[in-house]
Formats: sequence, structure tokens, C-alpha cells
Amino acid sequence: MNQTKPPIVRIRNLSKSYRRGSQIIPVLEDITFDIPDGEFLALMGPSGSGKSTLLNLLAGIDSADTGSILINGVEITTLAETELARWRSLHVGFIFQFYNLIPVLTAFENVELPLLLTRLSRQERRAHVETALRVVGLADRMDHYPAQLSGGQQQRVAIARAVVTDPTILVADEPTGDLDRYSAGEILDLMDRLNRESGKTIIMVTHDPRAAEKAHVIRYLEKGELSDASQ
Amino acid sequence: MHLSKLLWKNAFRHRLRTSLTILGITIAILSFGMLRTVISAWYAGVDASSASRLVTRNAISLIFSLPISYKDRFRQIDGVQAISSGNWFGGIYIDEKNFFPNFAVEMENYLKLYPEFVLSPEQVAAASRDRKGCVVGRKLAERFGWKIGDSIILKGTIFPGDWEFVLRGIYRGRDKTVDETQMFFNWEYLNETMLKTVPRRANQVGFYMVGVTNPNRAAEVALAIDRTFKNSLAETLTETEKAFQLGFISMTEAIVIAIQLVSFVVIIIIMAVVANTMAMTARERIGEYAVFKTLGFRGYHIAGLIFGESLVITMTGCVLGIVLTYPAAKAFGSTLSNYFPIFNVATSTIYLDVAAALLVGIVAAVFPTWRAVTIRIADGLRRIG
Ligand SMILES: Nc1ncnc2c1ncn2[C@@H]1O[C@H](COP(=O)(O)OP(=O)(O)OP(=O)(O)O)[C@@H](O)[C@H]1O
Ligand SMILES: [Mg+2]
Repeated sequence: MNQTKPPIVRIRNLSKSYRRGSQIIPVLEDITFDIPDGEFLALMGPSGSGKSTLLNLLAGIDSADTGSILINGVEITTLAETELARWRSLHVGFIFQFYNLIPVLTAFENVELPLLLTRLSRQERRAHVETALRVVGLADRMDHYPAQLSGGQQQRVAIARAVVTDPTILVADEPTGDLDRYSAGEILDLMDRLNRESGKTIIMVTHDPRAAEKAHVIRYLEKGELSDASQ
Repeated sequence: MHLSKLLWKNAFRHRLRTSLTILGITIAILSFGMLRTVISAWYAGVDASSASRLVTRNAISLIFSLPISYKDRFRQIDGVQAISSGNWFGGIYIDEKNFFPNFAVEMENYLKLYPEFVLSPEQVAAASRDRKGCVVGRKLAERFGWKIGDSIILKGTIFPGDWEFVLRGIYRGRDKTVDETQMFFNWEYLNETMLKTVPRRANQVGFYMVGVTNPNRAAEVALAIDRTFKNSLAETLTETEKAFQLGFISMTEAIVIAIQLVSFVVIIIIMAVVANTMAMTARERIGEYAVFKTLGFRGYHIAGLIFGESLVITMTGCVLGIVLTYPAAKAFGSTLSNYFPIFNVATSTIYLDVAAALLVGIVAAVFPTWRAVTIRIADGLRRIG
């Protein structure tokens, strides 16, 4: 085992349940695992097994009942809302199933959005946005509105938005779930490239076995428990 | 890009819905402005009245008169600078619908008390020299196309008979608050006729108009006047011109209050309309706001977006409403100039318009903002797809 690098994500005894009326529905039960830096992890499992919940927890947009989430040395479960928002803006790139671009903003403006929270100047922001859009192969579509782009192109803009701040981890919830085979392939190749060439740690929830194949590690979530099913 | 760019883009995402909402606000602000203008037109006489003028009338009631012989005693009262007298004549020009105020006054002294009526000394002299001479306001002259030298015949109501006058002077208002629809003629003309026809009604005036040397002492002088005539045949009641005018309005106060209420109801209705628009909008965007929060934007960013959008919509409507208020008031004022000689949009009305629109914009945004800010991100994201 290679012990030189500490894991970038360290999850200990994580539990989360939802309350529906008087009923308590446990979703995650005592989950413990590590994700090494530079990992490309696929999270699979049946619908309703809690994949999105787990992803949201480690992206800092939902809060756990108990347990610890240490990301790059920061214990995010104890951060106050304000600190958490700031932490997210610096360390997490989020890719959604439905792209979630702002329809009234151009591709350029959508990618620029997270940079508005930084101290970068206009020119610096422009340079970052252009680089990100070039990486996803859409440098020529900067002024297009989401409605003028295909689903695959929109998801690539969303990826540019996720990476433009150079975050510590990239989380993706079924990023190819709404795409045809071909576009899905393009998105997966892009994520693979980001992982290999830029060393980005990626955690991806997916139902698609072909998507999972791109990952180094596949983990299954079932009945609140995580099983290791890596190659 | 700056986040504020999103306010405009968001506001006009649903063109039709936003346009209709703006139209509603425009109409609401227009109605609000017009109603407020009607109210201030109502009080125009009060606002135009001078603090240095007192009105003395019969203590029993306005319909009882005072003897003209009181005049000399006024002059002896400390603080009285000038004195004139007059009668409400109530004459009708051809038809009752042509109503305008007309008074029999002691011309030269009366006009001296009203520096806000601007006309040449020659015209004043000509009007008082001619027994049948009269002076009218510019608007009144324009309304009936009267020129200097024209003969005007009024049908008397309080003083029966047909009365002929000759137009000798036309006054202009010193500013927009001055009523230019009144007519003044020589009291002597009325009195001579009374002496001949109904002697017991002669040598009587309806009111005395008193100019005081120092407006700050007006109350004191008023008391002194009433004390002078205490235990006389006709006791007097003296008040400032403002109080005198207010006395007329208090009779119609209920109407003014009703109009005031309606003007606020209009604002409350439009508030509900805009709040509904904003609630609909924010519900549709709950997922988008969750995305913003995911990216690290904070509650105040979201609040800024929603409040900003709401204010963009309301202030656009407000500006349009204000712009339309001026021509509307002009049209309204010229149609109803008989009833509202002064019909100007006051600056304070514009401030009220803006305040009302701001209030509407802010109130409408409160609930959607609260929802968008407090909803958990994960729940917000779930609304997409
Ligand atoms: N806000 C909530 N309130 C109550 N129950 C919830 C809430 N959010 C999620 N759940 C429940 O938690 C469980 C896990 O949901 P989650 O969305 O994490 O599943 P998932 O594995 O991502 O499913 P899918 O593959 O369909 O996306 C489900 O049973 C779901 O109904
Ligand atoms: Mg899910």
C-alpha cells in the first residue's frame, strides 16, 4: 500500500436519516471510507440508496446527523453556514444531471459566475473563463445561451463552471444521466482527461456501467452501507 | 459581468407576465398620483391662503352680514395694516354649469391685499373708476373668450336681477397655486342698487379681509378684532384665511377621506399583484437559487437578486406612472377646471408615488426571499428536472 499521500477525503462513521412525519428513515448508516488524492471514484447503487445524499454531504450542501468528513484537512461537518459557503466556493466543483446553467446568461457568464465570489479582476476572470471553456472545447461558443447549445455542450459548460475555480474535488451526480450515448462518451472522456491530466479528484454518482468503467474505483451503496467492489 | 446584470435579465424572462405586472403598477401609480392630486386640489385654497390675512365674518354664521360702518373701527386696532371688505355675490353667467366664484369687493384695497394677483395699476384704477368695472382671472377670461372692454351679464341669485359689468382688468397668478378663475367687481355698484331696491340689505358686507402688519401676531390681532365688536349689534368671528378656507373643506371632509382611502387601497391591491408575480417567479427559480448557493453565493446575494428584480419591475412601472401623471392631470384639470381651479401635480405626490412603489417592491420580495434563502440546498436542487 502506498502511504505517502494522505487521503483527500476521509469519512468516518457518517450517518444520515430523514424524518417523514413521525417516521425516521435511515439513509446512510455508519459509513467510513477514504478517497485518495487524484482518485476517480464511481458511486453506484439502486435508486433511493442514498448516493445523492452521500455526495451532497461531502460537497457540503447537506448536513450529516453524526460522523466526520475531513476534506483536505478541513472538518466540514463543524463549519458554520457562512464558512461552509465559502469553503464550497473554493474547494468543490459541482456537476449536476440537468446541467443547471442559468438560462439568461451566456456560456461565458455561466462559467464566470463562481469567479464573482473571488477577488479576481475582470481581465483575470476573463482569462480563467476562456481557459476553462477551451479545456471543454467550447471556446467558440462563449456567447451562446444554454438554449442554443445541445445537452452535451451544456454539460461541458457546466463542467467548465465546475473547474474554473480549480477546486479540490469535483463531484458529479449522474452527469451523463440526461445525455445520449455519444454525448455521454464525450463527457466521460472529458472527466477522464481532467482526472489524468490535471489530477483532479472526481467523485461521480452514476447508474451507467459504461460511465463507471472510466473510474478507477467503483463503490456500491446499498441499504445505507458501502461495499468495496473495486477491480 | 456583475450580478446586477441578472436583475434585468431575470425581470424580463417572462416578457408577458412582467409587462402585465408593470402595466398594473403604472396604472396604480397613475391612479394614486391622480387621487393625491385631487386631494391637494381640494386643499389648494388653503395652501394658497396667506398667513398675513385674516377673515372677519358674522359670529353667528357666514350667511349673516356685517355693517360697513365697522370699517373705520378696524383701522384703529393695533396690528391691522390694511382692510377691505366684500360680499359673495353668487351670480350666474348664462347657465349654472358655468359656475365661477364672483365677489363684490372694495376693489383697490382688496387687490392690494392680494399681491399674488398680478395686474397693472392702470387696470386696477380703470376697474375702480368705472362703477360697473370688474376684474377677472386669466383662466376665466380665456374660458369665455372675454376681452378688456367686454360687457358681462350675470344673473343674480342672492341679489336678484340681471347685473351688467364691464371687463376692465385681467389678473394673472404670481405662481401656479393662485386661482385664476375668480371675478371681482365694485361693491359700491351692488350697494347703490340695494339702496334703491332693498334698503335693509344695503350697507352690509359679507366679510372683512384684514391685512396684519406681523403674521406672527395674527392670532392676537384676531382676538383684538373680536373684542372690539363684542356686545355690538353683530358680533364678529375672526380667523386666519387658512382656517377660514379649512372651514369650507371640513364640510366635505368625508369625501376627502374616502378618496384618501381609495388611494391607499389601490396601492394595497397592486402590492398583492406584484407579490403574486414575485412568488410565482421565485418558485420557478428555487432550483436556480439552490445552484447559486451550491456555488457559494450567500443568502444576501439571493436576497439581492429577488429584491432587485422586484424593484426593477416596480420602479419601471412607477416611472411610467409618474410620466403619465402629468399629461393626465393636465387633461383632467382642464376638463374640471370649474371645480378644481388649481390642479397641479405636487412634488410631494411624486415622492409619495416613489415611496409607494418602493414599499410595494420590497413587500412583494419579502416572502419569496425568505423561502429562497431558507430552503435547504439539497431540497432546492431536487426541484429541478
Ligand atoms: N428531503 C428529504 N426528505 C425525506 N426523504 C428524503 C429526502 N431526500 C432524500 N430522501 C430519501 O432518502 C433516500 C435517498 O435519497 P437519494 O436521493 O440520496 O437517493 P439516490 O441514491 O441518489 O437515488 P437516485 O439514484 O434515484 O438518484 C430516498 O429514500 C429518498 O426518498
Ligand atoms: Mg440521486
